[in-house]
Amino acid sequence: MTNHWIDLKNSDCILIMGSNAAANHPISMKWVTRAKEKGGKVISVDPRFTQTSAVADFYTALRSGTDIAFLGGMINYILENEKFFKDYVTNYTNATFLVTDKYKFDDGLFAGYDPEKRAYDKSLWAFQKDEKGIPKRDPEMKDPLCVMQILKKHYSRYTPEKVSEITGTPVEDLKKVYEMYSATGQKDKVGTIMYAMGWTQHTVGVQNIRTMSIIQLLLGNVGMAGGGVNALRGESNVQGSTDQAILFHIWPGYLKMPLASQATLEEYLKQSTPTSADPLSANWWQNYPKYAVSMLKAFFGDKATAENGFGYNWLPKLDVGQNCSWLNLFDAMYDGKIKGFFAWGQNPACSGANSNKVRHALAKLDWLVNVNLFENETGSFWKGPGMDPKKIKTEVFMLPCAASFEKEGSITNSGRWAQWRYKAVNPPGDAKPDGDILYELMVKIKDLYKKEGGKNPEAILNLKWDYDTKGHFDPHKVAKELNGYFLKDVEVAGQKFKKGELVPSFAFLQADGSTSSGNWLHCSSYTEKGNMMARRKSDQSGIGLNPEWAWCWPVNRRILYNRASVDLEGKPWDADRAVIKWVDGKWVGDVPDGPWPPMSDKEKTKYPFIMRPDGVAQIFGSGLNDGPLPEHYEPLECPVPKNLMSSQFINPTIKVFKGEMDKHFTCDPRFPIVGTTYRVTEHWQTGLMTRWQPWLVEAEPQLFVEMSKELAKMRGIENGEKVKVSSARGDVEAVAIVTTRFRPFKLGQLTVHQVGLPWCFGWIQPKDGGDSANLLTPTVGDPNTMIPESKAFMVNVEKIKGGA
Amino acid sequence: MSLTRREFLVISGAVGTGLALSSLGIDLGPAKAYADEIKVKDLKSAKQSTTICPYCAVGCGIICSTDTKAGKLINTEGDPDHPINEGSLCAKGSALFQVGPSNPNRLKKVLYRAPGSDKWQEKSWDWALKEIAKRTKKTRDADFMEKNSKGQVVNRVESIAHIGSAALDNEECWPIQAMMRALGLVWIEHQARI
Repeated sequence: MTNHWIDLKNSDCILIMGSNAAANHPISMKWVTRAKEKGGKVISVDPRFTQTSAVADFYTALRSGTDIAFLGGMINYILENEKFFKDYVTNYTNATFLVTDKYKFDDGLFAGYDPEKRAYDKSLWAFQKDEKGIPKRDPEMKDPLCVMQILKKHYSRYTPEKVSEITGTPVEDLKKVYEMYSATGQKDKVGTIMYAMGWTQHTVGVQNIRTMSIIQLLLGNVGMAGGGVNALRGESNVQGSTDQAILFHIWPGYLKMPLASQATLEEYLKQSTPTSADPLSANWWQNYPKYAVSMLKAFFGDKATAENGFGYNWLPKLDVGQNCSWLNLFDAMYDGKIKGFFAWGQNPACSGANSNKVRHALAKLDWLVNVNLFENETGSFWKGPGMDPKKIKTEVFMLPCAASFEKEGSITNSGRWAQWRYKAVNPPGDAKPDGDILYELMVKIKDLYKKEGGKNPEAILNLKWDYDTKGHFDPHKVAKELNGYFLKDVEVAGQKFKKGELVPSFAFLQADGSTSSGNWLHCSSYTEKGNMMARRKSDQSGIGLNPEWAWCWPVNRRILYNRASVDLEGKPWDADRAVIKWVDGKWVGDVPDGPWPPMSDKEKTKYPFIMRPDGVAQIFGSGLNDGPLPEHYEPLECPVPKNLMSSQFINPTIKVFKGEMDKHFTCDPRFPIVGTTYRVTEHWQTGLMTRWQPWLVEAEPQLFVEMSKELAKMRGIENGEKVKVSSARGDVEAVAIVTTRFRPFKLGQLTVHQVGLPWCFGWIQPKDGGDSANLLTPTVGDPNTMIPESKAFMVNVEKIKGGA
Repeated sequence: MSLTRREFLVISGAVGTGLALSSLGIDLGPAKAYADEIKVKDLKSAKQSTTICPYCAVGCGIICSTDTKAGKLINTEGDPDHPINEGSLCAKGSALFQVGPSNPNRLKKVLYRAPGSDKWQEKSWDWALKEIAKRTKKTRDADFMEKNSKGQVVNRVESIAHIGSAALDNEECWPIQAMMRALGLVWIEHQARI
């Protein structure tokens, strides 16, 4: 989230799309309700009428996988009717920038497409630059090559009639949503978006979010209280675990994973550090070397020296283009290329798309380590449906861990608040905190390398591993390491610091090895003043920033891009909801995005979007793999014979898996119904924790499939009957729930039905509760993130004979 | 002596301080109701500690009450002083108590499944971690790739993978990725990708 949960109360219009917040983030609705009480409007757009829709001021449906068409139509409406916030757009975005004449868009393809590689040459999407290397602008936004004109041209194709035929949303409903939401383009009106996996789990997932980001920028809603772009994250610490980079493509703090071509630290830093010729651009990432070297110092301590590149070469590097993301991981495992596997606090046998493939992949392993609270379908895969234990060679180590309140540490919520939790009770039996398990395991691995030697032993032996106190893992020691220390007596910016002191903020980190910080974004979370994440001073006054409740990254800034919430003089666009303001030569309010004066001070100011090399927000974005502007493509599996926007049927840059278990079918009469997955309030993710709790199982005991009355009638299915739901990849048995919550979509002459299933069940528990809906979902991902397309695929639904 | 819960939590540091349940005049609400069932007369002392809900990422505050003498969790409830949830919880958060040690389904032993076997065997931590360490080393050393096909130094191993977890604390996430990277793993993923 650019903003945070409480900030929802400040909004005039909340669009909830790609999320069913009322069911899956129930307490968020407390703040949505507060907004409503003050006159704010809530719009729910979802293929199914959900609990969220029930409390919305306006609801309409769209067919799964058509969000870009829906929102592209909104961009068209905003531009045609001049609903955009001109001062904001001109000064704070790249709408005025001129692209080069190499940029083109023709019949669904952008310039630079290579059909063999299924990839673009993104250099053709560059901006024109002046002799100093600064992007050229047209402040009037009239030049046909300026971003605003390109945007207009691109989205003029998304007429309400065309959009309606793609999405199945009635034209009048589209216009109603566009009108309601674009009313926030006024400078004193603010709209926000709440989205979740309903947007990310598509082959156009990132572009779904980009489309909304463009809308938010056009309407001047980013940086504002009650605005922003808000991802509702689904796991208590998925924000933190991403920040700490348990991901193949990044180092902690969103630093880049080194490439094989970057042979030295110097080359890695040079290629990773962006430059800007514009003196008004803060280009905050110019500090990259300070963060990377401080991180290496946290990794390797005293062993990391300037002479050895701070241990840079001990760590693994990827080949150029090597993608080690989830779907590829299980593809490699299925092909027998992976021998050992740690599944730590995760249940991929139910959470992985195309779970059948995942389950069979596990059987190819030599050894599997599963750390969890409860027995689950991953650790016990060898005794699951269709498995013969005698034929499965995989050794499995099932390690029992502690629950969240049986240990101490911090987690980071969706609003980037890192909150400290305390230990209430010991874990049962032999169960241990994950911290102790991983700590002791690495001690044993280090012992083996000390005794026996082995490959690249420096990385293992030099890894700083002193996070215990009296033989137990000590989270405070790691929290301090994440924040970082001064490693010698130094003077920075006129302030003196002693060796061993905690660094007060990332502005003090250095690239010479004199500071450490495991994650620069956590710098200021645990300082000489104490554990900031443990603070408990709540303050609901004003816009509800709660600056002394816990701590949030970066540097306790509660609303990101807040320097865009003021005009060029530093006055808030909306005085009643000021986030920051310039008073007597300084900023007051939230921690500003940098200390520089407002834009009217042309000597000392900096542009507000400090993380971008150009200093402004990107309406035209040249970084994504599938285009600088979002374009509608159909899901890999879809019910329509063609894409009405272009002759590019599916996203031309997705990887199409072709293995024996990766089947997919479009417009196949065997699978004529759109399928989607979702969650329920009473279960969490795969249900691994909640399916073992009697109170929750009583409330939600078994797998169901929701469908319209029309579809049920067509298939001869009664409410409550057992049915089989099947896709090209697998099938599940589920109880039919027949309601008006789903309705058939009218796409021109075509009628399309959609059904939905929760993915929180699994064969192990409860007995006869059904299996995972991910047995149905396809192996295909977004071309930028490789997040699977679990929200739009094709299925069939049939009555099970005798299955009353 | 009259204290609000907030003052109480500030005083006790919200951590580990054992205090008599009744002496502060705190309204225990549901805790008391539950305590009634477990013979409240036997309850000598308790502490309250705060936690954050382990489910979705709203980050709601929850108060845990623990009988310190018996070392037992006796109640969990929404934290009224928490600015996000102001004491409210959803169905899952309200049921957090059932995740605790009293749930008979919790895994309490290290389990091992041998190749071809159809059952678990109970093992000790020391044995399991030693065996895992040995397998990790053996697989890593056998398949370690110092250089790629272009002769560039890559120091990685592609035959071991790691996933998880968004359910861990930040202070566990960081060392787990440090450990896996030091081992040379590049298959490092978790829930953020699904």
